Amino acid sequence: MALTNERIQEKLVEKFGDQLTGWDTQFGMLSFIAPKESNLKILQHLWDDEELGFKFLTDICAVHYPEKEGAEIAVVYHLHNLSDNVRLRFKVFAPVAAPDVYTATSIYASANWMERETYDFYGVNFVGHPDLRRILNVDEMDYFPLRKEFPLEDQTRVDKDDEMFGRGGSYN
Amino acid sequence: MTDQALSNHIKLPEGNLHKQTTTMNLGPTHPATHGVFQNILELDGETIVNSEQTVGYIHRAFEKLAERRPLYQITPLTDRLNYCSSPINNMGWHLTCEKLLGLTIPKRVDYLRVIIMELARISDHLICNSIVGVDTGAFTGFLYVMQYRELIYEIYEEVCGSRLTTNIGRIGGFERNFNDIAFQKLEKFLKEFPGVWQEFENLFNRNRIFMERTQGGGPISAEKALNYGMTGPNLRASGVDYDVRVATPYCSYEDFDFEIPVGTTGDNYDRFMVRNGEIWQSLRIIEQAYQKVQEFKGAAADVFHADAPAYYLPEKKDVYTKMEALIYHFKIIMGETEIPKGEVYQAVEGGNGELGFYLISDGGRTPYRLHFRRPCFIYYQAYAEITKGSMLSDAIVTLSSLNLIAGEMDA
Repeated sequence: MALTNERIQEKLVEKFGDQLTGWDTQFGMLSFIAPKESNLKILQHLWDDEELGFKFLTDICAVHYPEKEGAEIAVVYHLHNLSDNVRLRFKVFAPVAAPDVYTATSIYASANWMERETYDFYGVNFVGHPDLRRILNVDEMDYFPLRKEFPLEDQTRVDKDDEMFGRGGSYN
Repeated sequence: MTDQALSNHIKLPEGNLHKQTTTMNLGPTHPATHGVFQNILELDGETIVNSEQTVGYIHRAFEKLAERRPLYQITPLTDRLNYCSSPINNMGWHLTCEKLLGLTIPKRVDYLRVIIMELARISDHLICNSIVGVDTGAFTGFLYVMQYRELIYEIYEEVCGSRLTTNIGRIGGFERNFNDIAFQKLEKFLKEFPGVWQEFENLFNRNRIFMERTQGGGPISAEKALNYGMTGPNLRASGVDYDVRVATPYCSYEDFDFEIPVGTTGDNYDRFMVRNGEIWQSLRIIEQAYQKVQEFKGAAADVFHADAPAYYLPEKKDVYTKMEALIYHFKIIMGETEIPKGEVYQAVEGGNGELGFYLISDGGRTPYRLHFRRPCFIYYQAYAEITKGSMLSDAIVTLSSLNLIAGEMDA
């Protein structure tokens, strides 16, 4: 019998109880929110449990929500059960002042660079990561560019004389 | 020598004089790496003892840029991920948006998209396999098949006007209907290409030199490949039959009859053969799709986009004569359309594997967050392990048979 979202939710609730919140199945993908301390336990359980069997890590990325005080940085895990072809997503939230989250590299080799990328852009400190360095940006960079406090240039600004690129100057 | 003169010399790392291995930089712009890759290799003679990959040389901050752009302006960014098969990236992005916006796409558009995507897959695999040929010393095949990539690019040109970075299609469908020339060119391609590809395969598949050069090089077991997050042809070469087109069909892929070629050992030869197999399957799909497209007659043959006035640009003549069309035109172009709130993950089978788009919208005019799951970036991690202990020249073949595309890796 194919694994359904309801069954996954039931099994996870059975194991982790009300630690897991924010259940949702938007666009057919089961998603929930977990406390950041138990991310490894959840990943390990999803891997170990014979019925669940989420053994493929699709993606790790982060999102910055500046307005959620004390839980500004969300780390998002996308997992895939290839034999039953079910995907799920879960988030853990960490404060931007100390974004420490346990690394998943002990479970998935692929988590290594994904976590480095997440660190590079959001500064998430993956505790226990073997080689947490910047990966896409230059090593000298001293900020985390995808955080929301670094806005891209406002495209409607007019104070900048930038005739070569058709903005401001005599083009207005 | 004075102390001053000594201090002007480059300081060698400790233990450097006594070490038995050679450190060598392969790249970032070595011609054999076919892209901007740097590998810092530790060599014992010609054998790789250890290696470290440096990525990010052409990082362009697409994820950040996307946070300030209306949806339709993000399509050209996706072009520049895997630029050997940009139409697949474009379609993947359109599908993501359409999923979020809840649009229903007409069947004819799906089939036309399938044609374009499979053409892109052929051109992607064609480059990869012919480059594997070049790296093993067979240049002829590369030059020969390159002419036929040209035919594919001419079809793109007929549909969208550009060739490499296509920006093909729009949210909801295509920017214009396929004209007769496009179909003629498609027919020409379908007629000429199979013979050429057969000839290419005759040159390589059972070629003793090629087989000995590629078999056993850079092998990866199915278990390892999965653990390293490999997808696409590289995973299938290890024997796992995971293909997004079959697992989670999009764009009506369920209407087509095709097979998923798989390998066994996941070495360079298997990856080459899986891609060859996929080219034949893509041709099968294109033929079926073309047949299905031809079944649309009369008014149905003029359908090339969904009915989604708020997201799909109205016709120019309507913009000049109708108020509503003018408003939509203005709102779309100026990026003043609010997108519904939601989180969506959409994957497509890209040239290299599962290309995923994770889009978070907070109800604003631009994405709140957009993350590209780039297959190259994820499976390149395995490169250090699978080339350890192999010869430098075999590592080059492994690099090209993995089909690493710097644009996709660095986003």
